Amino acid sequence: MAPILELRRVKAFYGQSEVLHGIDMVIADGGMSVLLGANGAGKTTTLRAICGMVRSQGEILFASQRLAQRTTEAIAGLGIAHVPEGRGTFTGLTVEENLRLGGYTSARGSLANMQRMYAYFPILADRRRQQAGALSGGEQQMLAIARALMMDPRLLLLDEPSFGLAPRIVENIFTIIERIRREERVSVLLVEQNASLALELADQAYLLETGYVVMSGSPKTLADDPQIRRSYLGY
Amino acid sequence: MTVRKDLAWVFPEKLAVRSVAFGRGVRRWIGPLVLIVIAAALPFAISNYHVFELTLVMIYAIAVLGLNILTGYNGQISLGHGGFFAAGAYTAAILMHRYGVPYWATVPPAALICFALGVLFGLPALRFEGPYLALVTLAMAVATPQLLKYFDRWTGGQQGINLTKVQPPPGLGIDRDRWLYLIVLLVLLMAIRVASNLLNGRTGRAFVAIRDHPIAATAMGINAARYKTLAFGTSTLFTGIAGALSAIVISFVAPESFTLFLSLSFLVGSAVGGIATIGGAIVGGLFIEFVPNFASDISDAAPWAIYGLAMLLFIYTMPRGVVGTLGPWLARSAPENQLAAPKE
Amino acid sequence: MHQFLQQIFSGLAAGSIYASLALALVMIYRATDLVNFAQGDMAMFSTYIAWTLVNAGTPFWAAFLITLVASFLGGMAIERIVIRPVENAPVLATVVVTIGLLLIFNSLAGWIFSYTLQEFPSPFPDRTLFGALMTTHDLGVIGVTLVMLVLLFAFFRFTATGLAMRAAAQNPDSARLCGISVGRMFAIGWGLAAVVGATAGIMVAPVLFLDPNMMGGVFLYAFTGALLGGITSPIGAVAGGLIVGVTENLVGTYLIASQLKLTVALVLIILVLVFRPNGLFGTPIVQRV
Repeated sequence: MAPILELRRVKAFYGQSEVLHGIDMVIADGGMSVLLGANGAGKTTTLRAICGMVRSQGEILFASQRLAQRTTEAIAGLGIAHVPEGRGTFTGLTVEENLRLGGYTSARGSLANMQRMYAYFPILADRRRQQAGALSGGEQQMLAIARALMMDPRLLLLDEPSFGLAPRIVENIFTIIERIRREERVSVLLVEQNASLALELADQAYLLETGYVVMSGSPKTLADDPQIRRSYLGY
Repeated sequence: MTVRKDLAWVFPEKLAVRSVAFGRGVRRWIGPLVLIVIAAALPFAISNYHVFELTLVMIYAIAVLGLNILTGYNGQISLGHGGFFAAGAYTAAILMHRYGVPYWATVPPAALICFALGVLFGLPALRFEGPYLALVTLAMAVATPQLLKYFDRWTGGQQGINLTKVQPPPGLGIDRDRWLYLIVLLVLLMAIRVASNLLNGRTGRAFVAIRDHPIAATAMGINAARYKTLAFGTSTLFTGIAGALSAIVISFVAPESFTLFLSLSFLVGSAVGGIATIGGAIVGGLFIEFVPNFASDISDAAPWAIYGLAMLLFIYTMPRGVVGTLGPWLARSAPENQLAAPKE
Repeated sequence: MHQFLQQIFSGLAAGSIYASLALALVMIYRATDLVNFAQGDMAMFSTYIAWTLVNAGTPFWAAFLITLVASFLGGMAIERIVIRPVENAPVLATVVVTIGLLLIFNSLAGWIFSYTLQEFPSPFPDRTLFGALMTTHDLGVIGVTLVMLVLLFAFFRFTATGLAMRAAAQNPDSARLCGISVGRMFAIGWGLAAVVGATAGIMVAPVLFLDPNMMGGVFLYAFTGALLGGITSPIGAVAGGLIVGVTENLVGTYLIASQLKLTVALVLIILVLVFRPNGLFGTPIVQRV
């Protein structure tokens, strides 16, 4: 089966500084891959490069289509949904309006999609007319994911969904993510600092350090590596 | 990578950090000295009318320099500097006309009054940011001609005040236009010197800090209110001096000379030259004086459309102004040395 | 008392014009984060287009609609061509660009249509109502403005494009991630603002008489009204515009009739701003530390 996403020798730049130094990555269709690394390793930058939000060089292939030179909105239209760092919800708009925005590019009926989202995240149904800014952190994260799913994406990019959330809520969210992956048949690229949780769910893992991929393989390989265990898993 | 030290006086802010390292050699003074000598000799090589035009360029440069201090270095936008220019002009005119004060003695009082006005204006202006401050200063610009017409007992109303033409000192054998040119040149050089010292020192750094990171600046102990008011007063002092000089040179003041358009011209000159530069003020003065004439030459029917197009062209190609864009390139200083360049 | 009510009503009519232009200013400010100093003169130019059509024999409301469409397209074009290059430039650059635009429109209008004052027909019959309390024109102006406001509100609240535009204004990055072309949303915003401005111009021309400098004072009052209401608030823009209109009329009638009226009215409003520096309904322009 062809990979859903391929990165070849991808470099990324903030202004004049090169932040990613030629990384290679392959995401299998229908799989969940996780990108691990410390702060500043370049994980968020990788997601941004995929979505055309930073200047980049190298090949990025999505379902064999080249993404280079495309605008962010065009890339979104191709079927990549990105839940950015900090959620990126429209805090001035209602929950329902946020979801409708997710459905902006979707070919399928927006209404049907919304019902599905409310099924996955019942709490959003309760709060549908509230301003998104009034929601708690966990609820906003759910809203952000729901909004991304409204796009009927083939690839879901998640940037640190556990950030700032209590462990129980994080577990809840990850359970839902796993369920979504199976039922919606969407591939997931997950960026996480919470390494142990992420490794439990993923099919494949990459470790980034200061802009380089220093290790890749199955989660078990990474989890068993003593260096990784010391630096990222804490034991 | 060589640094053009001889251009230090034009963009001192770019080289503030480097100059210490390179020492104070004679080389630093040759460039500016040459330019000054050329500037002083120039009026004797050209016609009276051109001398008059260049004198106006320098007057506008001083006015724009005032605006640069406030809007460029301190980040407080002013659409109303024409009003302070008018205040300086009318102060000088009234002193000469009503009280027989000799022309050269009118400049200090005009400067002081405009400084006081600036501080008075700067205090309530502390409450306003961005577009709100723009409105308040815009209101002032619009009100100025109306107020000038209203208080006609002092200002001569609609007709304005006709002044007796200034005469050069008899023994020098120099005519009126050139004498005034040299006086204005002297004031311009002094203004540049003062501005340079101010803006490269503690005060200047405080201004810039308040412009870019007001909260951090206050947290570091900079009294934002005091410095912002000081910026206002200093700014209007410069522009007021320019106004006084304009009254002396043109020998006439009237409300129509001080409309909103004058304020907008200063702003445009400032932006085109480079808002947070000193040398940009001179470019601004050149723009204000010559581009309207140039525009009328191109199109008799719609000169201001050409003027507007010229504005757009300058800003598109050099969004930071001529000196703001070319200055760093010429001085070839590293981006970290651009102390005064405003953040996006 | 009768005169007082009269002044209130004609103030509301003038205020409707200011409210419209103020709304256009706020729309552009919210979307592209800049004050369009050329808004008034763009409206003036649109009004001249309407005038040309009417003079050529087009029925009033047809000319009105055609002008609105032309203004919409013109506004979009201006955003794409003139404003796009300086979208990320320092604030002063955008100020200078819109001032340049103002000069260009003003000068072009004078050149193409001459500087002579022109009469502009009012679509409303020339009558006074309710015992000379107000003119039909005033009532018509208020009516047209109301209809326009309702349509705009419905557009932004209930349509997908309206929602996308609100999203693009609030959070352009997230909007792009939803597949929204933020650039196109900005262009549409400018187009709509131009439509609103054109309506204001056409409504006020019968009263002020058409000439290239017609909208200068109107712009100033509209800008004041927008800030009084809070530059980030559309409702504030409308409220602010109406308040400014009424204030201007009352000041002109009861306080001071000469040219100084403008100054006094501005001073009064600025005094209000001293106590509410972000306007009556505005939110502070938040800066992240």
